[in-house]
Amino acid sequence: MWESRTEELLMGRTLAAKVWDDHVVHRGDGDPTSATPDLLYIDLHLIHEVTSPQAFDGLRLSARGVRRPDLTIATEDHNVPTTDIELPIADEVSRVQLETLRRNCAEFGVRLHSMGDVEQGIVHVVGPQLGLTQPGMTVVCGDSHTSTHGAFGALAFGIGTSEVEHVLATQTLPLRPFKTMAISVRSRDGALPAGVTSKDLILAVIARIGTGGGQGYVLEYRGNVIEQLSMEARMTICNMSIEAGARAGMIAPDATTFDYLAGRPHAPAGPQWEAAMQYWKQLHTDDDATFDAEVEIDADALTPFVTWGTNPGQGLPLSERVPDPEQITDEGERLAVRKALSYMDLQPGTPLREITVDTVFLGSCTNGRIEDLRAAAAVLAGRRVRDGVRMLVVPGSMRVRAQAEAEGLHEVFTAAGAQWRSAGCSMCLGMNPDQLAAGERCASTSNRNFEGRQGKGGRTHLVSPLVAAATAIRGTLSAPADLD
Amino acid sequence: MEAFTRHAGVGVPLRRSDVDTDQIIPAVYLKRVTRTGFQDGLFAAWRGDDDFVLNHDAYRNGSVLVAGPDFGTGSSREHAVWALLDYGFRVVISPRFGDIFRGNAGKQGLLAAQCERADVETLWKLLETEPGTEVTVDLAEQTVQAKDLTVAFSIDRYTRWRMLEGLDDIALSLRHAQEIDVFEAHRLSWLPTTTVSQA
Ligand code: SF4
Repeated sequence: MWESRTEELLMGRTLAAKVWDDHVVHRGDGDPTSATPDLLYIDLHLIHEVTSPQAFDGLRLSARGVRRPDLTIATEDHNVPTTDIELPIADEVSRVQLETLRRNCAEFGVRLHSMGDVEQGIVHVVGPQLGLTQPGMTVVCGDSHTSTHGAFGALAFGIGTSEVEHVLATQTLPLRPFKTMAISVRSRDGALPAGVTSKDLILAVIARIGTGGGQGYVLEYRGNVIEQLSMEARMTICNMSIEAGARAGMIAPDATTFDYLAGRPHAPAGPQWEAAMQYWKQLHTDDDATFDAEVEIDADALTPFVTWGTNPGQGLPLSERVPDPEQITDEGERLAVRKALSYMDLQPGTPLREITVDTVFLGSCTNGRIEDLRAAAAVLAGRRVRDGVRMLVVPGSMRVRAQAEAEGLHEVFTAAGAQWRSAGCSMCLGMNPDQLAAGERCASTSNRNFEGRQGKGGRTHLVSPLVAAATAIRGTLSAPADLD
Repeated sequence: MEAFTRHAGVGVPLRRSDVDTDQIIPAVYLKRVTRTGFQDGLFAAWRGDDDFVLNHDAYRNGSVLVAGPDFGTGSSREHAVWALLDYGFRVVISPRFGDIFRGNAGKQGLLAAQCERADVETLWKLLETEPGTEVTVDLAEQTVQAKDLTVAFSIDRYTRWRMLEGLDDIALSLRHAQEIDVFEAHRLSWLPTTTVSQA
């Protein structure tokens, strides 16, 4: 932890500590168990319809206002339908949540991107794409996948509804420092092996450290492989930090980050850009800084990775077979695997490649960005989705959708027989009509394969966009290399 | 949040242990978008039963709940605390609380008072023999008193102080309002705002 204030002056600091220190409004006493935490300033507060209504109601009850509506932005994502978006929403709960968000944003002066708006989309796609997420910022949202924004070297994490109210009222949060874990990913030349994406990498990381392995930590991904990844790929990794139990994930900003930001609507420009660059360039872990834990990943050994179970840590290389619980010595683990296989309706020893799916979902805040759509389209071009398989392609935002259409990707998808949808969370969690029926099996580029996550009784295999596309074509879990 | 020094109200003996937050308020009530009005969801599964304690006239307007051990375990839903407050409860007494529930209670001004198991048993007997008995809970003294019975309860110092001062988390942070102003005045100049497009 970085709470020892005197030492910190002598020793190098981690990226997370630098961002933290630059946001302390009021120092607590540094004791992690003590009564007084640090009070941290929040640079950007993202809002969606599911976790904000009671926070706004709480403000009204205590006659408080939103301190900085100009550091707050809202979008509709979890409940929005992805077809017929101009029609009234059929589901009452969804409609009420969206209407409530609209009313609250109007009353408190918060900018909102509603359905039909070109900037509407999943909150974690919208922030970066507008250039609102920048290095060194503190970013929060009432949503666990806020960790996505850490890809820019921001300290970004999910919060609960009463904390949403707290940030609305004060633009600060009382917090105790997290621990830091370095996840170093290296390969001989810094590249990932052919056919391996950042999704495969993060699934492998979670399988290695476990769904609780990151608890209490901010994970910092580093090493020559991370340095070569695009911003989209970095966001995919940071997005899933939470699935390892971590509070946040971070990657030091570099030329890739700066290039991504340049020219975006809210990025600094002119002399402001120069000043920002000066600050951004020192945002990296000092050579003599220490982490509380370190993990090394050899990326040369990675292959496409998929999950077979009911949590994101239950994954294996696609070339493997469904595990046999009876071979597992630890009893708790054995029971967990048995339970997962029974829910997933899988037989031990079945090659993962032989698992047949009904549905393929390409989208979500993990893999619903333009690069993900491009990768999948490249595999699907000139091919057909297998008969009997439905494939939903749901862009992360309307902006992504528009860009994909400008590039002609939508034609590739529809020609292949996939459904081209409007933006939203969609089948990632099935709060809208895009759901799995009981017993249906899905290869999904989202981040959670929990029981019932995509629809009651639905079965989810987490995969990369490349595996999703190849699976749609073959009808069984597959990588592009399996295609003729 | 209102300051809490002392509260007197009818005690309700809830002779159950392991009352998790799903039992305090079932998941279907979580779909609501308001912060108030959760009283009808409180103990929803039991309210239909005529024998349930809150269905007895003497206890209906109770405000001090006396429950068995492990009250408020399970899901972290803040709605459990809202439901108890909306119904009219100001105090819950139990030999042991779920951690998150206790934290949420302290934040919202619901006093979670931890009493010895034997004392809870004595309180139950007293409240059952004489339904409608008033219980006085004194946060400054950390005592629960009913008729001629007086027992002690425990609560962590920080929560006690906040409740005595009537400070919710937000009010506490607002004590640093000046520091927030100063911080804002010195924020880096290029940091983005959501309202003005700099392009
Ligand atoms: S896409 Fe899925 S994980 Fe991402 S914000 Fe929406 S529901 Fe949450």
